Amino acid sequence: MIRLLEARGIAKRFGGVQALSDVSLSINKGEIYGLIGPNGAGKTTFFNVLTGAYVADQGEFIFAGAELPRGKPHEVVARGIARTFQNIRLFRDMTALENVMAGHHIRMKANVWGILTQNRATREEERLATLRAYELLKYVGIERYADTTSKNLSYGDQRRLEIARALATEPQLLALDEPAAGMNATETGQLRTLIETIRGDGVTVLLIEHDVKLVMGLCDRVAVLDFGKKIAEDVPGVVQRDAAVIEAYLGGAHHAH
Amino acid sequence: METLLQQIVNGLVVGSVYSLVALGYTMVYGILGLINFAHGDVMMIGALVALQAILFAQKMWPSLGPLALVGIGLAVAIPTCMLLGYVVERTAYRRLRNAPRLAPLITAIGVSFLLQTLAMIIWGRGYHSFPQLISTVPMQPVEGVFVTPVQITTLLVSASLMAALLLIVNRTPLGRAMRATAENHRVASLMGVDTNKIIAITFIIGSALAAIAGVMVASNYGIAHYTMGFLPGLKAFTAAVLGGIGNIGGAMLGGIVLGLVESIGAGYIETWSFGFLNSSYQDIFAFIILGAVLIFRPTGLLGERVADRA
Amino acid sequence: MNELAAAIPWLGTRHPRAARWLVIVLMITAPLIAAFFGRTWMRVLDFALLYVMLALGLNLVVGFAGLLDLGYIAFYAVGAYTWAFLASPHFGLHLPFWIVLPAGAAFAALAGLILGTPVLRLRGDYLAIVTLGFGEIVRIFMNNLNYPVNITNGPQGINALDPIIIFGWDISRNWQVTDNLSVNSLLFYYYAFLACVIGSVIFIQRMQVSRMGRAWAAIRDDDLAAKAIGINVRNVKLLAFSLGATFGGVAGGLFGAFQGFVSPESFSLMESIMVLAMVVFGGMGNLGGVIVGALILSFLPEILRHHAVPLQQAVFGTVILDPEVLRLLIYALALILMMALRPAGLIPAHSRYSRPELLKAEPTPAEGRA
Repeated sequence: MIRLLEARGIAKRFGGVQALSDVSLSINKGEIYGLIGPNGAGKTTFFNVLTGAYVADQGEFIFAGAELPRGKPHEVVARGIARTFQNIRLFRDMTALENVMAGHHIRMKANVWGILTQNRATREEERLATLRAYELLKYVGIERYADTTSKNLSYGDQRRLEIARALATEPQLLALDEPAAGMNATETGQLRTLIETIRGDGVTVLLIEHDVKLVMGLCDRVAVLDFGKKIAEDVPGVVQRDAAVIEAYLGGAHHAH
Repeated sequence: METLLQQIVNGLVVGSVYSLVALGYTMVYGILGLINFAHGDVMMIGALVALQAILFAQKMWPSLGPLALVGIGLAVAIPTCMLLGYVVERTAYRRLRNAPRLAPLITAIGVSFLLQTLAMIIWGRGYHSFPQLISTVPMQPVEGVFVTPVQITTLLVSASLMAALLLIVNRTPLGRAMRATAENHRVASLMGVDTNKIIAITFIIGSALAAIAGVMVASNYGIAHYTMGFLPGLKAFTAAVLGGIGNIGGAMLGGIVLGLVESIGAGYIETWSFGFLNSSYQDIFAFIILGAVLIFRPTGLLGERVADRA
Repeated sequence: MNELAAAIPWLGTRHPRAARWLVIVLMITAPLIAAFFGRTWMRVLDFALLYVMLALGLNLVVGFAGLLDLGYIAFYAVGAYTWAFLASPHFGLHLPFWIVLPAGAAFAALAGLILGTPVLRLRGDYLAIVTLGFGEIVRIFMNNLNYPVNITNGPQGINALDPIIIFGWDISRNWQVTDNLSVNSLLFYYYAFLACVIGSVIFIQRMQVSRMGRAWAAIRDDDLAAKAIGINVRNVKLLAFSLGATFGGVAGGLFGAFQGFVSPESFSLMESIMVLAMVVFGGMGNLGGVIVGALILSFLPEILRHHAVPLQQAVFGTVILDPEVLRLLIYALALILMMALRPAGLIPAHSRYSRPELLKAEPTPAEGRA
């Protein structure tokens, strides 16, 4: 098994709150890896540190054999990590197709001179990017909305579009932040199929999810965070029976709900 | 040494006016996250309205003393500006409270120019000489350092107004409601604060202070003009940023510091730049400070909270 | 072009082809129509085209990338003063326009880079106020750099700028065809400016439908999401800012040549706000809208200047609102009312950042690169 991502002793503090303390975990190439935990356990903070939106106080990420740059989201994406957001963040005024093409930005090369002169390389690159974006829309199943402005799409389709946009960056690791939030059972089922297809096509998936059933059914391995600490990491069957995990969820349930 | 002392005195006087105007910017920014571009122009309207009232009173009751005349000028200018501030907030800004971030700022620029245009229509394009009712004959408390009574008055009035404002904000229920609204609109309104009313009151208080500042500026320079609000307004905003925008104490400190930097800088810039620059570059200081503070320390001198609004 | 045609009421939607021809015919004949009303109007038309260029440049910054620049006119000033320094008796230099104009553009772009590098990380409203400060600093220098070494000639400005001379043809001279027929130089300037405007529009449209245009729209719509798909937000903003500045620099150079003199007075904050009003009025981010906005807001004050004064004299017996006041009033109201009533502008057309027709296109001939 090849190790794709390794987090080593990640810590992050906000004022008086230790959002993450000494979190270490590793994700293997080709697996679907789940990150779960009660509300406020530090899952999204972990995402933000990983993708460069925040800078960790301590620790480092080793991705595909080299350390990830800190606090430089665009370089992290260039290295091959793409993400989605818990509250969908699309480019509202662009069509679905354009959103995905924007996602391809980092893999395109055209510069101002090429764009101004519309030389052959630029035109061909633009054509291929358009085709590729359309293929990705088809891949997530919303190609019929290619020309629809993204803010007019339904909630479920917006989620799919965000995934397509992330895939357009050509990632090795796709990090999904609660993709099933707000979805009904049918939509969740379709999402599950989509995530499995993505993995089948060679992209490793990191999944933050609230829906424990989805995570347990879908993920190869799962890590559990509680109060910023990793309390378990194993295959779903083992994690489910872990005493600390049950305590975190049952104990947490009193506060959260 | 006398020069430096003189520059400090001048700086304090100008700075106290900046502080007074800066309060209006900082209160509105603290609550709405809006740079109320038109605030400096409210100050200008205050000065011109006061001028009109004073001229009228002088004609009607020629026997009135100078203090009574200033009183009448303020008595007319302050309510006028309060009304103006309210109307601007109510008609132009309130409807944009949930609009995209740049919309209220663009509107504020429009309001600023609208006020200047209105002033141009009413008072014309020329410079008006503002009666210097409080003496401008310099006194010499220290050998070689000159202070005029109008400067002293300016300093005293600003200081007492700022003290009063601090009392209101920190010690009264109104002040508490203002602080709550600044902290978080939604929570404040859930706690029973009528945020619309508080925002309107903030504009009204700021405008009253601007009116007084306008009279002081016009008295100091002996001139009133429809563009007189622009530069002091911008500098007052700089003062607010320098002190830490949203922070009332910061606005006061920022105004004084800016006044001092400008005044001392103007006195020495020629020496510092080996004669290349001279005091006509005085206005640059404010802009450089503005840029530098925003880039390197956006929270200002006293600010702690990193504002995340835009 | 198509956007302009589509903006024509009724015709634009019913007969797009006819609308397009109408736009072309109007573009070509506009100066002749203006000439019919008098030389003044040809002048107004020429200035309107300069404003169109400015508005197009500012739109790149404000409308595309969402960066409110209130000191935009400073770049216009850089272009104009570059022309004044390199092509006037002031320093005794008389370089040809094909050196001076690109130099002005380059200096403006450089100024954009120098200003943009530190300030572009600021949030929207702070950026606006800092750029405003920059504009004022530039103006203070223009006003005072006549001492101790006379560089800008201070508030008097610089006179006798060289006109545009193309292959020895001075387009500022009227062309005497026969004894009683002469072609006014304003006509030549019109076509020269029109060529620049068309070039700008083509350039901007190409930028819009490219990875850069999409990146600008992305940072405008959602800064954080833009970072998350790997857009280098700082560089992309800087590109928009300095490209916008370049347009300002070109327009400034043309302005200097056309007007024949430059002085700090032409580059006040008011001018920045006027250009902003044109962009806002027409529709931020929409080329057709911006062009129409610039044309309307250039012409309206002039029309009022010629008609409002006699009208007021007839009705009130005196002039209550002089033309200058009316002009300011129009700009102030344009900003306030548009934001309140129609924030997307006069022509809020949907902007395109891609060409879906490429899906059916053949591969680009020869070495099709993957």
